[in-house]
Amino acid sequence: MTTRLFGEPVQRREDPRLLTGGGRYLDDLGSGALAAAFVRSPHAHARVRDVDVSAALDVDGLVAIYTWEDLPERVGRPLPLLIPHPALTHGRTAYPLARDVVRHVGEPVVMVVARDRYLAEDACALIEVDYEPLKPVVGIEEAVQGAQLVHEDVPGNVGAHLVQEVPNEAGRSAREAIEASPHTLSFRLDIERSASMPLEGRGVYARWDGSDLRVYTSTQTSTSVRMAVAAALRLPLPHVEVIAPDVGGGFGVKIVHPWPEEILVPWAAMRLGQEVKWTEDRREHFISSAHERGQVQHVRVGFDDDGVVNGLDVTILHDHGAYTPYGIIVPIITSTQLLGPYRIGAYRVEFSAVYTNTVQVTPYRGAGRPQAVFCMERTMDKIARYLGKDRTEVRAANFIRPDEFPYDQGLIFQDGRPLIYDSGDYPEMLRMLKELIGWDDFEPGRHRGIGIGCYVEGTGVGPYEGGHVQITSDGRVHVSTGLTSQGQGHETVFAQIAATELGVPIERISVVTGDTRRFGYAVGTFASRAAVMSGNAIALACRKVREKALRIAADALEADPADLEIADGLVHVVGTPTASIPLSTVAVLANPLRYAFDEEAAKATQFSGISSPDKPPVAEGDEPGLEGRDYYSPIRSTFAAGMHAAIVETDPLTAAIKVLRYAVVHDCGRLINPMIVEGQIHGGVAQGIGGALYERMVYDGHGQLLNASFMDFLMPYVTEIPHIETAHLETPSPLNPLGIKGAGEAGVIPVSAVIAGAIEDAEGIEIDRMPISPSELFDLRNLAPDSRPIT
Amino acid sequence: MEREREITLVVNGAARRVRVPGRRLLSDCLRHDLGLTGTHVGCEHGVCGCCTVLLDGEPVRSCLTFAVTVDGSEITTVEGLAGADGMSAVQRAFAECHGLQCGFCTPGFLCTVTALLRDNPAPTDEEVADGISGNLCRCTGYQNIVKAVHRAAELIAEET
Repeated sequence: MTTRLFGEPVQRREDPRLLTGGGRYLDDLGSGALAAAFVRSPHAHARVRDVDVSAALDVDGLVAIYTWEDLPERVGRPLPLLIPHPALTHGRTAYPLARDVVRHVGEPVVMVVARDRYLAEDACALIEVDYEPLKPVVGIEEAVQGAQLVHEDVPGNVGAHLVQEVPNEAGRSAREAIEASPHTLSFRLDIERSASMPLEGRGVYARWDGSDLRVYTSTQTSTSVRMAVAAALRLPLPHVEVIAPDVGGGFGVKIVHPWPEEILVPWAAMRLGQEVKWTEDRREHFISSAHERGQVQHVRVGFDDDGVVNGLDVTILHDHGAYTPYGIIVPIITSTQLLGPYRIGAYRVEFSAVYTNTVQVTPYRGAGRPQAVFCMERTMDKIARYLGKDRTEVRAANFIRPDEFPYDQGLIFQDGRPLIYDSGDYPEMLRMLKELIGWDDFEPGRHRGIGIGCYVEGTGVGPYEGGHVQITSDGRVHVSTGLTSQGQGHETVFAQIAATELGVPIERISVVTGDTRRFGYAVGTFASRAAVMSGNAIALACRKVREKALRIAADALEADPADLEIADGLVHVVGTPTASIPLSTVAVLANPLRYAFDEEAAKATQFSGISSPDKPPVAEGDEPGLEGRDYYSPIRSTFAAGMHAAIVETDPLTAAIKVLRYAVVHDCGRLINPMIVEGQIHGGVAQGIGGALYERMVYDGHGQLLNASFMDFLMPYVTEIPHIETAHLETPSPLNPLGIKGAGEAGVIPVSAVIAGAIEDAEGIEIDRMPISPSELFDLRNLAPDSRPIT
Repeated sequence: MEREREITLVVNGAARRVRVPGRRLLSDCLRHDLGLTGTHVGCEHGVCGCCTVLLDGEPVRSCLTFAVTVDGSEITTVEGLAGADGMSAVQRAFAECHGLQCGFCTPGFLCTVTALLRDNPAPTDEEVADGISGNLCRCTGYQNIVKAVHRAAELIAEET
């Protein structure tokens, strides 16, 4: 049996559990716990004048009611601003429970704990909060006017303002280069809000035993929740453990932490001396977690007769909602990833992150990149149309060439490090995509069009991840890493890496993620980083364990470690298969014992004669046990890339939009498990199609979210998603030992750009907004009755 | 105190007696009263399909069903799909075709597809899409779920 499983479509090891009802998601735990529920603000902006709980006090099963005033100082502080940045001059975060002012519908005001959730909600319904409504700020335009303020002490509603400039080789600024260009175009683009919307919402369950706190939370970062909870509750870190159980999807929203509930539920469990659990319901998820995407972009571009861009000047207005707990990562990513696979002569990008009285904005899969790619790819399409050139020709004229890597874009990326692309082959990728979709043979018809979108994605951002690998005396391999899983198949891909590195059958390998009891140092799962970061850390830890195993086996077999190899869990002398020792025995020998707990262990006891009486049983610098720990901390991100194309058909009467074909060429370096990578792409494209055609957050002028349910927020069903055709290019990353790049977010990134290009091609009408519904397309047709299909 | 009523549900072949208030959802009854947490709740308003179980053989939204209204009924949840000799053909096909990622929507799909293939053992692409068009998945993009339904149909045909 082969253990070289890197690159193989190995079936997932988590599936038997998840297919038989054996998954353990947050709300599946804590069957005897008390239930928490929250009274949330019905107003987008209001002053809380009074909270009257008297009517709720008679509710059967009520245990406790808490408002901000009940919280100790440390618990009642504003939540942390997770990623400070010098340009975020007016960062603001919420209090765990509202203090004086609420700034969006859904902000928690009162926490109720009761015997079960039904009763907790009964009590919530009877609590009367007296609000003095204030005028809300809704939408980017209203925020920018600054007539009303979301935060009294944030003038103009501007939380952050950042300008980044990269001059061209001649030292000219973007604006100068544009003015000097033979052709220029200016336009505005609008992207609306969407949200991660995992099918499992958030949830927290806490147990306190008088000295130790255990918190289960549906999070993308258990280690960081642990530190935040320990700090807020003034507990010594070793007395707090945080576990991410099975998590029913994250897509970004669950990287935010600590959520108010992640502080309040453990605090209530400690105060009450009983287990407490809160499980978010769907409406709560819509109005009190996080959204993303909303931007307005003003673009000016200068280019030559071949479509080569001389200068690009982009001004972005970014809707940040009511708070900025995750800093300005999203607009930073938009500004820096906008350049895609292109060498742009000179670039200027300016963004303002503005507050509105709506749900806060934090990363959703793609994290600012879909907006960036929409901007750049719309620009490329507009240049092509202006010059009457094929859209792929204009792109090719601007590509970074394969011999130009590493390519420095001259900007600072989201990890605070230079935006230097490590590897890629964009011309080959374009060739593959054109072949896959049949670009050159596509015959445009009335109401049928083709579109294309290209992107580069910085993946595997630092600072680090770690891996721990232990081989126990039963021959099993236990792998752990601190980052968490939300369906990516980490139990499988990390086991594939360990099997390949150690020469152990995958059936004997188990993987644990997101459990601070097993691994305490980690950053989290976001930014397409898990495979790159933990994958490499685990490989490095395996190499340490392998080296130790060979050293111990060499002693036992009286051989040179260089002559040994491990296959099928057996260390043997190359060329002499009979001279071998199982890893289980090596593990026994690695741990000198006094007590024999079984026959195998007796081999390592003090009278067994295995250790020399002249040396200490554990040599200086060595450690007992067959285990190893290592970390991977990259110098900077590694850059994956992809190109998508689609053919769409629009209905001449109803303006319904149907995606007929969708093709993806994808490069995430070396593939660990192609089946899982394909699955990630499929899911990403589906979310992208949702974002392009269906999903938006509809706020009215009062800041009420009108479509806060699955009835009205239209996520795609199977009937909306076309068959996705895929092809892979593998340009290994030179930055990490395994040569891999991230794949998690890829699928979603260019979809809006691709669909917009295809609709524009079908209709001959410029598409500058996303998403686009049939009725909006219908209206655009009426506004532009004379437009002709683009060829 | 809320008035409670004793009901009997035949869940995965075993009769279970339970006392529930009138407003207790079947999904909550299965999960929290009977400890069968494989049935998931994604929206509590009948749109996502995560909570789908088989009620007297037919797929229903357990989050839109009061437990007291199905007193005496037979219910199959995801925990009851596997047989004595292991996972059902539908479950195995989902594993083989990578028809799940986070697994949260999966129990609803499995129940839906089990009933679909019982009624239509060889569905066309269109019939598969129609059959699962009431279940949301946020991870897979559905392509591998569709593949898994066809594969399950093959496995069932081979094994019967």
